[in-house]
Amino acid sequence: MPYVSNEEIKVQVQNQSEQDPPKGRFGALLDSDLFHSFMRSKVTVAAAFGTIVLFLLSFLAPWIAPHDPFDLASLSIMDARMPPVWMEYSDARFILGTDDQGRDLLSGIFYGMRISLIVGFCSVIAAAILGITLGLVAGYMGGRVDAVIMRIADIQLTFPAILIALLVDGAARGLVGSIDREVFSFYILIFSLTLSFWVQYARTVRGSTMVEKNKEYVQAARVIGIPSIIIMVRHILPNVTGPVLVIATINLALAIVTEATLSFLGVGMPPTQPSLGTLIAVGNDFLYSGEWWIAIFPGFALALLVLNVNLLGDWLRDALNPKLR
Amino acid sequence: MSVLEINDLRVEFPGRKSVFVAVQGVNLQVEAGKILGVVGESGAGKSTVGNAVIGLLQEPGRVAEGEVYLHGQRIDNLPDKQKRLMRGRRIGMIFQDPLTSLDPLQTVESQLVETIRTHLPLSMTEARDRAVELLDAVGIPDPRERIRQYPHQFSGGMRQRVVIALALCAEPELVIADEPTTALDVSIQAQILELMKKLCAERNVAMLVITHDMGVIADITDHVAVMYQGKLVEYGETEQVLGAPQHAYTQSLISAVPRPDIKVERFPMVNYIEAAEAPQKHIDISTHWLGKTRDYQPVSGPLLKVRDLDMRFEIRGSVIPSRRRYFDAVKKVSFDIHQGETFGLVGESGSGKSTIARLITGLYDPSGGSILFADQELTSLQDRKAVLAMRRQMQMIFQDPYSSLNARMRVRDIIAEPIKFHKLASSNDEVRQIVADLLDHVGLGTAAGAKFPHEFSGGQRQRISIARALATRPRFLICDEPTSALDVSIQAQILNLLKDLQEELGLTMLFISHDLAVIRQMCNRIGVMRYGELCEIADCDALYETPQHEYTQQLLSLMPSMELLSRANLESM
Repeated sequence: MPYVSNEEIKVQVQNQSEQDPPKGRFGALLDSDLFHSFMRSKVTVAAAFGTIVLFLLSFLAPWIAPHDPFDLASLSIMDARMPPVWMEYSDARFILGTDDQGRDLLSGIFYGMRISLIVGFCSVIAAAILGITLGLVAGYMGGRVDAVIMRIADIQLTFPAILIALLVDGAARGLVGSIDREVFSFYILIFSLTLSFWVQYARTVRGSTMVEKNKEYVQAARVIGIPSIIIMVRHILPNVTGPVLVIATINLALAIVTEATLSFLGVGMPPTQPSLGTLIAVGNDFLYSGEWWIAIFPGFALALLVLNVNLLGDWLRDALNPKLR
Repeated sequence: MSVLEINDLRVEFPGRKSVFVAVQGVNLQVEAGKILGVVGESGAGKSTVGNAVIGLLQEPGRVAEGEVYLHGQRIDNLPDKQKRLMRGRRIGMIFQDPLTSLDPLQTVESQLVETIRTHLPLSMTEARDRAVELLDAVGIPDPRERIRQYPHQFSGGMRQRVVIALALCAEPELVIADEPTTALDVSIQAQILELMKKLCAERNVAMLVITHDMGVIADITDHVAVMYQGKLVEYGETEQVLGAPQHAYTQSLISAVPRPDIKVERFPMVNYIEAAEAPQKHIDISTHWLGKTRDYQPVSGPLLKVRDLDMRFEIRGSVIPSRRRYFDAVKKVSFDIHQGETFGLVGESGSGKSTIARLITGLYDPSGGSILFADQELTSLQDRKAVLAMRRQMQMIFQDPYSSLNARMRVRDIIAEPIKFHKLASSNDEVRQIVADLLDHVGLGTAAGAKFPHEFSGGQRQRISIARALATRPRFLICDEPTSALDVSIQAQILNLLKDLQEELGLTMLFISHDLAVIRQMCNRIGVMRYGELCEIADCDALYETPQHEYTQQLLSLMPSMELLSRANLESM
């Protein structure tokens, strides 16, 4: 005895195939599970908003900062160490006060954040390129190539980032002389941060590559006769980018902190081109003489920036991790 | 009174956008000592019915309507604690994969004793005696010794027996078996089914068997319920439903089951379930790109000659050669494949049949022997150009439709890749046209090209794989279990498509499968493999009617009986 008529089932099949298609690329994004999980987490939305605001402030610094801290003509030593506006002896021009050379702290923070972010981004991108390339090659080739690359990575991991930066900085100073330091310190920083961070990418990409290379779509490509290099770039690479994105986000925060640490120790950005770390280092000298704002405000900006980026990275890791869903 | 009674069951999974109704309007009864089979294809909701009965629906699923009664007592609305007490005590479960349903860190004894003591007021020794008794009942030899072992010390079939013993621990009234034999080889499947049937009768247990396999249904069930898209389409005595199916879906499902006893030209009426999106557009092969410029050297004699092929994998490396351990996946295998024929390789898992496919396509390098394709030795090809020319002539279709397509590429790019790589078309426009024609030809429609693989079902993905394999204009096609991950009706469609393509394009095929019935439908000659060795090569009909080798005879005798199905098939044809 038929319980459901044939017609009824045919109708149902039709209905299922008539799902409304997402409208365009943007529509598809708004419709995706990723966006949905993003909107559901209030903390993440707040973190994303905070990150965007901080990015805008720093990259638009030349246009929105009240003063140009690099314009020596506008600086006056008479304005040095002014407190924030709500305290006595302050000046309305300097909302958060000034540092020891009379530079406006708020503008200094905007510009400093800009330098921190540029250093962070550049080193994350450079580390990702190096790490992904080596990881792909190691994972796909296996054998001796893999062993050599991963042993180098192991050795790399035994040096803390700060030690590498100090070594590179020392070596670079010996090579180029301290006169050029202002020009070179930026590149030295990026180079040393890249050296300390590539291992994480390489390990992750290697692991994912070893999983992907045994999948049948890679075998199909090999049966067609496609050479290894094209298989790696066109087939495997797009399939291992998920975890890389997560590491990159979290590493951005880490790179900013490390950069600040190095600058604080005096091997990072010079005081003429202050990053957040440099500003804190300068402020540190005045902390005990009561001029707390020179160190505290840049420190607060650094914490805010890192916290926001980290929250974003944590969410991305959870959202892209199928095990946690 | 029935042991289990399900009235008008409706299970819903509320989603982000809409409520997905997994099961609706299902009415079932199971009597003591009887086996009810629930059969259907993936997505039919058959497992959901089982999970709803024991109250283990996956979040956020819920029973929206209807009632479930166990011996007249309503159980679907019990509080969680009572549901937990009921599971194991009154309802036993047998899961699909015996590898994952036992705890690998506990001995069989402690798992059995723990379960028994949870449900029955027995002392340790009494519980242990009962455990030994149960192991004996499920046919584990030497139960007193083996009870002290860990699950990994048992083979797959033995492990499934332990799982059955575990389900029977507390003398349950009902046993639910969800795909109990799907993960097992044919020979073991037959033993487990027989055991289940025997225990059911001996212990007067009601049994609900959920499966996609018509053979299992025909073998052991008394009643059968056919489900399709969450609904019950047919329900009755097994003999009646399989012998004279009333509903068009059941008829099409039964006609799609490949039969080991008779070779059919094409599977009839299989378009009920997943109509290919566009009607297959026929292209004139003689003028089309697909049929043109097949600039291959003509061959006299067999197209492929495999001689004394050996493949050993190193399973333990060592600097000292004498300490290295090897596994011989393929041992001295020789066979010929003639032009235009389909050669089948059949064997159980681990018999080395897939390894042979990978050796022929060059994914592995053989440890010994020779492979001659079109009179050319493949293993000694050095020149990259010659290798590519060879690669172009042979293509492969893989088993898993989910991992054989790159998820990050559009379908049209997947199919265009081999054409572009081998420079088989003169312009991008021509490539586009060829891809469109190929998609049409495998029955997907041109519009499919703009989508990504995840937007397609398993069967449709396998069509994409076929289109990709055809895109190099091969003359030799290797199909490695192309349908074993698919539902039976989809399998019938894909097999039909492969037959059509072979006829049109004059392809030579190597068809690998563990399924004797599928092999019979597809192949002209068949090789039977075991432990890396080729036991027997024979013509298709000869192999099934007068098998020579002892292993072949054993394999054939273990196939689920299809008598009921055969009758239905004959009537419908």
